[in-house]
Amino acid sequence: MAKTKSKKSELTKEKMLHMHRLMLDIRNFDNKVNRLVKKGKIPGMTHFSVGEEAANVGAIGAIRKGFDMITSNHRGHGQSIALEIDLNGMMAEIMGKATGTCKGKGGSMHIADLDGGNLGANGIVGGGMGMAIGAALTQKMKKTGKIVLCCFGDGAVNEGTFHETLNMASIWKLPVIFYSINNMYGISTPIKSVINVDYNYQRASAYGVPGHFIEDGNDLLAVYNKFEEVVQYVRDGNGPVLVEAITYRWLGHSTSDPGKYRTKEEVDEWKKKDPIERFKGYLIENKIATVSEIEAIEKASEDAVEESVKFALSSPEPTLESAFEDIFAD
Amino acid sequence: MENNTKLMSVRDAIIMAMSEEMRRDENVFLMGEDVGIFGGDFGTSVGMLEEFGKERVRDTPISENAISGAAIGAAMTGMRPIVDVTFMDFIVYMMDNIVNQAAKTRYMYGGKGQIPVVFRAAAGGGVGSAAQHSQSLEAWFTHIPGLKVIAPGTPADVKGLLKAAVRDNNPVIFLEYKAQYNMKGEVPLDPEFVLPIGKADIKKEGKDVTVITYGRMLERVIQAANEIEEAEGVSVEVVDLRTLAPLDKEAVLESVKKTGKVLLVNDAHKTGGFIGEVAAMIAESDAFDYLDGRILRLAGEDVPIPYNQTLETAMIPSVARIKKYILKLVNNR
Repeated sequence: MAKTKSKKSELTKEKMLHMHRLMLDIRNFDNKVNRLVKKGKIPGMTHFSVGEEAANVGAIGAIRKGFDMITSNHRGHGQSIALEIDLNGMMAEIMGKATGTCKGKGGSMHIADLDGGNLGANGIVGGGMGMAIGAALTQKMKKTGKIVLCCFGDGAVNEGTFHETLNMASIWKLPVIFYSINNMYGISTPIKSVINVDYNYQRASAYGVPGHFIEDGNDLLAVYNKFEEVVQYVRDGNGPVLVEAITYRWLGHSTSDPGKYRTKEEVDEWKKKDPIERFKGYLIENKIATVSEIEAIEKASEDAVEESVKFALSSPEPTLESAFEDIFAD
Repeated sequence: MENNTKLMSVRDAIIMAMSEEMRRDENVFLMGEDVGIFGGDFGTSVGMLEEFGKERVRDTPISENAISGAAIGAAMTGMRPIVDVTFMDFIVYMMDNIVNQAAKTRYMYGGKGQIPVVFRAAAGGGVGSAAQHSQSLEAWFTHIPGLKVIAPGTPADVKGLLKAAVRDNNPVIFLEYKAQYNMKGEVPLDPEFVLPIGKADIKKEGKDVTVITYGRMLERVIQAANEIEEAEGVSVEVVDLRTLAPLDKEAVLESVKKTGKVLLVNDAHKTGGFIGEVAAMIAESDAFDYLDGRILRLAGEDVPIPYNQTLETAMIPSVARIKKYILKLVNNR
């Protein structure tokens, strides 16, 4: 088991346990969804964040919840949960129920929580980047002090929108963090085979913005500490940054992925770098929390996910009429 | 309420509409390539930088994807951007943001959020700018639920509908016609002159035949109608759709029932063009029973717009051809 390299953090115990809980929620939620897909209880396309918990929680944990904003991508479960979306509504949405976050009209790829600052997951690779710089433009024009965290995968960095939006954000000094969560594969395509630099963050210099690299994106505190630094930089009005964290998705691209492009050994190696087990070890070794305290959190997380399944299963289907509603605003 | 009007060009009506809305609401701003010191590629923001400053008359890089994306993100978070697309042909670079993001976001989020953004696009040919700078692409957008599409044909309608578009809480595609920026007409000076989106306008009443059109072709249709009325004694009703989405079906069907003959005219390519949709709507409705002839379409030819002026002119419906088609209907030929 790889250990966390971080020195003992100055974060409060409460904050650290809270982040641990959010990582557990992501893990439990997605494993549950995966099982429900296999049982035929979930009809639609889903993408999982299992293995990428630290990369999500560490980053989103460093922004101000209920104040700052994020944009998310198709693999957005982890980001939504890290921003503390209501799990019941999210599970109901993934089951397509009327009580879902989006009344059953969006599903896994369009989970959003506008009141909570989540401007939404996105089914188009790179689709959230324009929205993110636009949201950041609003903050700059209205001088709100809010920042926008734009989350995307390694696959999005070769979309034209990456170039256009990063450049525009740079020339306008917009308060936005471009965050590439690099799980090293775009479906089956290794990122190394589709970029000719070692890492995407190195491209930052082409736009005149700082590039930051989190080599171990499975180390929660490494992610958090880096983000604490860049959040301050961006909030101070210095313009955008590009951050890249290396992580790995344990499960397939989506539930239909046969996984032929990577070996079992590779997947197993990454499972040894489990972000949750490592942070748990850190909490215990540094005597931040006792085993029983952590077990209580684990139990609470499992219960919350079970509760969300119960809520979703017992929720009504949307009415047919609702398909014709919500197209236009008044 | 001011009742005064002033003779002004489409260009000046656009500047007036945007400026009034920006004075009224600090969240409204204009962005696009060369909107600032240059005053817009078609002069549609001349003087605005001086009044509103570079934050609100915002020059952008040549990055249509980022421009459209940023406008949508700003709209989602409380601003009301107006995007100067310049040539409508360049909107192709904005398609993901308009079609996959702006049009669908509210629906996908179960009715949460709104995207009040206007994309002003200079459509059509007539200025010798060839195939990549002369298209009228409205049918691509009328096909997509979640978008409003407006194509006015007079300076007054441009003012009233552009202001309505800015005040609307949804993404709006607003067609301007590059050949008509200098076209003049009486425009109400009242800053509260706002026309309803989704309402057609009977530009000329008649009893023998209905001609349905919008945008650039309106001027030619009215001329054709007047000339044919004078020369042949045929009474032509001109229905100006003004708004394509939502479509004022009622006004269309009412006129068709009244005259029993209908010609539809637009400058966009015939195949898959918007008037084909209107024709199908008429054919499916009870107005069909009132028809005493075929439904005719007169549209741009199905060719890329050629550069040569004679060729270009021949590809777009002319007054002479509109008259010919009206007579075809009247004589049941």
